[in-house]
Amino acid sequence: MTDMNAESYVTEDGRTIGGVIMEMKNITLRFGGVTAIQDISFDIREGEIRAIIGPNGAGKSSMLNVISGFYVPQEGEVWFRGRRRAKMRPYQVARQGIARTFQNIALFEGMSVLDNVMTGRLTRMKTGLAAQALWFGRAEREEIEHREKVEKIIDFLEIQAIRKTPVGRLPYGLKKRVELARALAAEPALLLLDEPMAGMNVEEKEDMSRFILDVNDEFGTTICLIEHDMGVVMDLSDRVVVMDYGRKIGDGTPDEVRNNQAVIDAYLGVAHD
Amino acid sequence: MPEQFLWAMEVMLNGLMAGVLYALVALGFVLIFKASGVFNYAQGVMALFAAMTLVGLQKGQVPFAHLINTIFGTDVHKFGWELAPWLAILLTAGVMVLFAWLVQRFILQHLVNQPDIILFMATIGLAYFMEGFADLMWGADIKTLDIGLPQGVNAWIDETTFNLFGYGFFIDNLDIAATIVAALLVVALVLFSQYTKQGRAMRAVADDHQAALSVGISLRFIWVMVWSVAGFVALVAGIMWGAKSGVQFSLSLIALKALPVLMLGGFTSIPGAIVGGLIIGVGEKLFEFLVGPYIGGATENWFAYVLALIFLVFRPQGLFGEKIIERV
Repeated sequence: MTDMNAESYVTEDGRTIGGVIMEMKNITLRFGGVTAIQDISFDIREGEIRAIIGPNGAGKSSMLNVISGFYVPQEGEVWFRGRRRAKMRPYQVARQGIARTFQNIALFEGMSVLDNVMTGRLTRMKTGLAAQALWFGRAEREEIEHREKVEKIIDFLEIQAIRKTPVGRLPYGLKKRVELARALAAEPALLLLDEPMAGMNVEEKEDMSRFILDVNDEFGTTICLIEHDMGVVMDLSDRVVVMDYGRKIGDGTPDEVRNNQAVIDAYLGVAHD
Repeated sequence: MPEQFLWAMEVMLNGLMAGVLYALVALGFVLIFKASGVFNYAQGVMALFAAMTLVGLQKGQVPFAHLINTIFGTDVHKFGWELAPWLAILLTAGVMVLFAWLVQRFILQHLVNQPDIILFMATIGLAYFMEGFADLMWGADIKTLDIGLPQGVNAWIDETTFNLFGYGFFIDNLDIAATIVAALLVVALVLFSQYTKQGRAMRAVADDHQAALSVGISLRFIWVMVWSVAGFVALVAGIMWGAKSGVQFSLSLIALKALPVLMLGGFTSIPGAIVGGLIIGVGEKLFEFLVGPYIGGATENWFAYVLALIFLVFRPQGLFGEKIIERV
């Protein structure tokens, strides 16, 4: 049995999990009178796949929106890379190295797949506006450099064939993959996936699971994902947070969570035998 | 060749040139509408304000001279210098950037997530405020704008067409200059939006705000940038109209002519603004020439609006606009 409290450890399949990269401390989020998240704490470690699960309305998406800066919690602290995060706007969070996808897909529908993925590199482009206008050489070199990285990601996610297609014309499953590609293009320190498999058929789900595992394996990307599908989550993740009615009711490895009575009652239903 | 046909052709060419100016104003509308969903009623007044500022700076006019003189009992009107046209244009562009920032900081920022109609009302308010402000700042008299653009009939075209058809076309040099400048401006805009980082960010914001935020784009920065670009387009339009018919307050009314242009071309399409402007320009001049004499003339005042109305019935999204599909 591996010691998961150590500074870093190696998983059974040979991946190295490092120290804590993100820590949520006593987060409480309210919308008017409704408490969406109630005093939740958990951490995410470098290189791991961390899942947040829970029934509908448990506050999973709200939690993800807190991490990515779309919501600002009333109480609690967010620590990222050993520093407490000040109140931030979503674009500032993105520039810190936290990329995300959305449950309902937020792509630039009018732009090609390639352009969409290229926007993921915006935070990494250095050349300023004036330099781009006056000094084409440098801007062009930079563009080519970024283009190479992007092409690699496009190859990796097997969407070469649709590179030039406007995103609006793609089927749902492929859109989800393009959105993942765009998030990956930022080479994020933390990748947030909001229900990456929602609305997919079995085959698409299997593809997506494989890509998530490969991304984590290949690039060592830390991933935090929200998912409905219990089976998928248990196969994918290293550790799981379980939420119900805005509270945390379980936290641990998939096996621990599976055997946690509170989780079984709340999420999987009470056994009748 | 029959004379009637030659005249019609000359009218058409002149219509194309006039259309370029309509297209320039419409372009400013489209840029802002695409990026922020705001229908900027003040675009025409921005052109007026830019032109007045340009003349004022070039001629070394003291801003708010009337106000200063009334309050302090002084009698200052001019600084006594004259700036080179390029320097005055550069400074005016700077003023338009500052204006863009002020609009963002003091108006739009406080109206985020408000319904479109509220934002529209805000720009109507802005338009009237600016009109008064421009009056206060630079005075209400009609100014001549002279930055050395060529004026008068183009002799070469006159001669060539005379030798070819036996009838010389009258094309104003200023119109030709306006066309060339507008074409350059459009090419520059396309290069900017397709090949620069900020251009890509601009297109991204125009497409989806939430997604843009998630890839690290600051909406505020992009909005200031878009208003600056629209301000610059307004400056170019202001220069051309001002050089043609003097800088006066009726300049802000050209904004209204941009409305039918937008209905024709589609509110979200840059090529649409250009083609729409050209169609309206050519259409109203030709209509006046061909039909005008039979119905008492002055058709230029209403032709564009009627054409837009017909378009609204048969193709509400315009020529190049996105088709509106409502899923039930």
